[in-house]
Amino acid sequence: MIKVEQLYKYFKQVKALDGISFEVKKGELFGLLGPNGAGKTTTVRIISTLIPPTKGQVEINGYFLPKDAAIIRNFIGYVPQALSSDGTLTGYENLLIFAKLVGLNRSEREKQINELVELMGIGDFVDRLVREYSGGMVRKLEIAQALLHNPKVLLLDEPTVGLDPASRRSVWDVLKTLQEKYDSTILLTTHYMEEAEALCDRIAIMDHGKIVIIGTPKEIMEQAGVETLEDAFIVLTGHEAEEGGNFNELKRVRKTARRLQ
Amino acid sequence: MEARRLRHDPTELFTRAVQPVLWLLVFGETFTKIKAIPTGGVSYIAFMTPGILSQSVLFISIFYGLALIWDRDQGIIQKFLALPVPRSAFVVGRTMGAAVRGISQAVIIMLLAVILRVEIRWSILSILGTIGVVILEAAFFSCFSMILASLMKTRERFMGIGQVLTMPLFFASSAIYPISIMPKWLQVIAVINPLSYVVEILRCILVTGVYMNMLLHVGLLIGMILIAVVIATLLYPRLAS
Ligand SMILES: Nc1ncnc2c1ncn2[C@@H]1O[C@H](COP(=O)(O)OP(=O)(O)OP(=O)(O)O)[C@@H](O)[C@H]1O
Ligand SMILES: [Mg+2]
Repeated sequence: MIKVEQLYKYFKQVKALDGISFEVKKGELFGLLGPNGAGKTTTVRIISTLIPPTKGQVEINGYFLPKDAAIIRNFIGYVPQALSSDGTLTGYENLLIFAKLVGLNRSEREKQINELVELMGIGDFVDRLVREYSGGMVRKLEIAQALLHNPKVLLLDEPTVGLDPASRRSVWDVLKTLQEKYDSTILLTTHYMEEAEALCDRIAIMDHGKIVIIGTPKEIMEQAGVETLEDAFIVLTGHEAEEGGNFNELKRVRKTARRLQ
Repeated sequence: MEARRLRHDPTELFTRAVQPVLWLLVFGETFTKIKAIPTGGVSYIAFMTPGILSQSVLFISIFYGLALIWDRDQGIIQKFLALPVPRSAFVVGRTMGAAVRGISQAVIIMLLAVILRVEIRWSILSILGTIGVVILEAAFFSCFSMILASLMKTRERFMGIGQVLTMPLFFASSAIYPISIMPKWLQVIAVINPLSYVVEILRCILVTGVYMNMLLHVGLLIGMILIAVVIATLLYPRLAS
């Protein structure tokens, strides 16, 4: 469904992506795992048509980036890293704006919104202001926003960063359901090892703009000859995953908290 | 959207009314008395009312791009840009939001003019015409502002350039004095300044009733809006990175 080949992205001197290649099959839940600055966000933004690659190509559902960006937008849904729903509106209004933007008519809107609200399990809260939502609920609302036009592919950038364990689990459940019931293809990024392990069919470990290894969590651990993904990461990259990442992480969590006030 | 935001915060309407009041009262009343500026037979306060109207619409439109930068920082623009929606829709949508604000501002200043008993040619047609011109003005300057926002990307740089541009736009126009009394170099700027067209058209409609070059000015303004919309649409995706 998604095929990335020799993708490069330079920001002036910084080599954010240094020639990565991977493939996500239809109906697969694929994870990009890596520490801060690995290039995860950059990859997802290129695939979401937001920024052009410096070099290389991406094929999605038979179309190519950046040439066919306008067509590709019809079958991708993108959930960015920052929580960005409008806190001063209700969940329903947030969904309504997006439904109108993507051109659904009145009856389609009702049907689509009701279905997604039920799927996300936010039915009791749709008429409340989003600033009263928990982080997990905002995230699920945003996933619903990205799904209104029925995309085949869902792209999520660190969907559970800054969430408490229970919320994190509820987001996992939603993604699993999407995969099982709707046969969605899902690409997500994370820097939580246990998330990658619990959720993803296959993982690509990224570090410094390169892909270190691709495979199922089990394959990766076997190949590294260790018992946990954490250890596999250290063996394969020669350093710890969370190294130096704490400040950024904290900043993001704060940002999330602020959004919700 | 925009109307809903205004309803959330009506105090904003009030604070925005203060500045034009000061201009009209202080500047207008004084210069009307001393008759220092040739206005072609109308009182100075009547001469400058269309100028102040267009100035206040300019001020709210030119900082309209700030909302774009705000949305970009929140990640909203990125979400929009990944949707299967033509980019022009976002630009046109914002433009209409600016027009709504512009109209609310026009209503305030017209009320002021009534209270201050400025001699203005009141009629259904002149009011409708004024609203039409205000929509065009808000459309042009909000597009212009969005172009600046797409290029500047950060709040600080945007505010900087916005402030640098606004004052010259205002003073190098016929808003508060006729072009004919300006120094030559300023006249050149004033003649190509879109704000001058707006002022001239409004002055025709509201004060002089002499419809000189009006169609030409309206045509030029519409042409400039179309160009600005196209440029803004092309630059809008830059906000994603
Ligand atoms: N717009 C930009 N301009 C300049 N450099 C950038 C830009 N975006 C990203 N970079 C750089 O590219 C590299 C990869 O960044 P990216 O955001 O893709 O990492 P990430 O894996 O998503 O990290 P995080 O876990 O912090 O989100 C980093 O070194 C970053 O500083
Ligand atoms: Mg990132």
